Amino acid sequence: MSESTELRGPGGASAQSPGTTRGREKPGRTGTRKRYTSERSRAEAKLGLMLAAPAAIVLLLVTGYPILQAVYQSFFNLRLTDQENSYFNWGANYVTVLSDPLWWQTLGFTLLITVVTVAVELVLGFFFAMVMLNAMKGVRGPIRTIILVPYGIITVVAAFSWKYAFDLGTGFVGTWFGIEGFDWFGNFWSAFAVISLAEIWKTTPFISLLMLAGLAQIPGDMVEAATVDGASWWQRLTRVILPNMKSAIMVALMFRTLEAFRIFDSVFVMTQGANGTATVSSLAYDQTISQLQTGLGSAVSVLLFLCVGLICLLFIKGFRVNLGDSRG
Amino acid sequence: MALSGCQTDPGGNTITWYINPDNGGQDALAEKCSADSGGEYRISTSVLPNDAESQREQLIRRLASNDSSIDIMSLDTVYVPEFANAGYLEPVPEEYTESFTEDVIEAAAESSYWEDELVSAPLQANTQILWYRKSVAEAAGLDMSQPVTWDQIIEAAQSQEKEIGAQGIRAESLTVWLNALIESQGGQIVADPEAEPEETELGLDTPEGEKAAEIMSTIGKEGLGGPSFSNLDENGALLRFQGDNGGFMVNWPFVYSALVAGGEDGSIDQAVLDDVGWAPYPAVEEGTPGAAPFGGVKLAVGAFSSNPEAAFAAVDCIRQPENQAEYFITDGLPPATREAFDDQAVQDELPYAQAILDSLETAASRPISPYYSTITGGIQRSWHPPADIDPATTPAESTALVLEIMRGEALL
Repeated sequence: MSESTELRGPGGASAQSPGTTRGREKPGRTGTRKRYTSERSRAEAKLGLMLAAPAAIVLLLVTGYPILQAVYQSFFNLRLTDQENSYFNWGANYVTVLSDPLWWQTLGFTLLITVVTVAVELVLGFFFAMVMLNAMKGVRGPIRTIILVPYGIITVVAAFSWKYAFDLGTGFVGTWFGIEGFDWFGNFWSAFAVISLAEIWKTTPFISLLMLAGLAQIPGDMVEAATVDGASWWQRLTRVILPNMKSAIMVALMFRTLEAFRIFDSVFVMTQGANGTATVSSLAYDQTISQLQTGLGSAVSVLLFLCVGLICLLFIKGFRVNLGDSRG
Repeated sequence: MALSGCQTDPGGNTITWYINPDNGGQDALAEKCSADSGGEYRISTSVLPNDAESQREQLIRRLASNDSSIDIMSLDTVYVPEFANAGYLEPVPEEYTESFTEDVIEAAAESSYWEDELVSAPLQANTQILWYRKSVAEAAGLDMSQPVTWDQIIEAAQSQEKEIGAQGIRAESLTVWLNALIESQGGQIVADPEAEPEETELGLDTPEGEKAAEIMSTIGKEGLGGPSFSNLDENGALLRFQGDNGGFMVNWPFVYSALVAGGEDGSIDQAVLDDVGWAPYPAVEEGTPGAAPFGGVKLAVGAFSSNPEAAFAAVDCIRQPENQAEYFITDGLPPATREAFDDQAVQDELPYAQAILDSLETAASRPISPYYSTITGGIQRSWHPPADIDPATTPAESTALVLEIMRGEALL
């Protein structure tokens, strides 16, 4: 035993010590097996590292470098067309952004659209997941395909179809409601409604896919047992199904919230941010790409990055989402 | 730059021309000039995005990273100062400066310079005129053979319950409109366009700006622009104009070919077409002619081009008056050179050509400033939607906002 402790190194030794009295019966066997798996797992870990390293390095290069570059640039007064005259301005960009009402207005709109779309998508997504799971065998394939089609369409293309459906020149939706001359993108609330609808239509399949994965993990006999015990449909849903797929729900919620918060395409295509529909992402785009204020735009991007990080933290620490659980 | 031996190098004489999307007119000119050059160069075109703003974004991103593939670019006239100020445009060599500006309409020539140096060649000049429905003007008792004012049009539209098709959308066309209203009164949005952001003074918070705000807000508030006014662009305005409520419209000449095409495919009644008339851009004050908006496209050579000699030779060919005339006929985009308007084919095919030329002669440019996109962005934010404009406060608020954005103290 002392031999195996030595082999396992300092970490293994301290872990082993509380178990010494209990594990007295088969010390030799446990030791050998642990040593065996530890060598093997070390080799596996090494192989895993080697396999993952190229991807990790590429990821660092393509995401880590631009992020660091953006953080660096965000501390400069920098205009793309006038790079010689850039100077370090001690975080004045952040003061400018955070003291500008436009930042808070876009942040508010982004949060509004995130909360509304994610809430609706969650309910709808769960419903679709139930339909996909419980559909009769013969129609299961077609139903799943139909539900997933919107997710397969490129966001910009989808945004254009929604734009054309509601646009005054080409739109046909107004005639359904007898308000042919109504300009959907002409005021805040209707523009918000159309953008939200487009988002919900587009990404509900994503949520329902994650939900389906969670639903499929619930053992059928568990639900059957509840039925035998006389649980009603509602009780089975709230006492058996939902608690058992909580982690799947939380993972779906987190991914979708992160995605919804970064909304850009639909707004860019439909309103260009007019009538109070600019989002944080489009604000960053406007500063950097349109205004060429690279420093100011980088500051907005960094703040956007921090917001996304905060959302992640909230989910992982606050709601205790375990990313490993989603796969079961 | 030293003369390169490109004429003898069969593979290296291709020059790239970044064009704005059109009906194929620029492609045709590229082919024609390539053939005429006798092998000196071959122009290949590359199409930019649809709207001027996206064209600017793409070109400027490429030029900021010293893209040598940009030999010639079709550049919207308002972006010339920004590009030139950043050092992205190759100044026109002396041998061409005279021919590039000879007989060119004043607004087009003036906007081709930056800091007294010719940096581009006018290819095309554009302007808006007043389009009206003869029946509406007649019923309202307006004599359209005389210059009319905005107040008269507003009154006529009110009395006839018809619409005024201006562009109320939060886009460049809103600035186009505001600039025309201010210039028509002899004012200017930017007093000294070459000043640094810290010293810039704006002419928005002036009696001229206030009057412009009054016109725009009246059309917005009283619903004279139609139900979708706050989102109405040039195409939208045309659609409303050809509809039952159409009365008046300020718009670019493309509407003529669009109306004719609509008549040919049957989507517009001949009676409507016969009812359409055109007149000079409306004035603000009676007795002072209106200053119509000026737009158009310049040909510029990229500062990082590997073959600027061939590029300028190609520009010289493309901008020839007869090519401008041809481009006018094929694409409906008016020439920048007066001579091209005299072309017999132009006179035959485009009955409104003279009205365009007259309008161009009095047209006023938007601010010729390297910070133009910042200025227009700030204007679009503070003057939109038109129904919410308050002549007492909007000009002052807008001035403060634009200056803050120019100095990098506010977001846009």
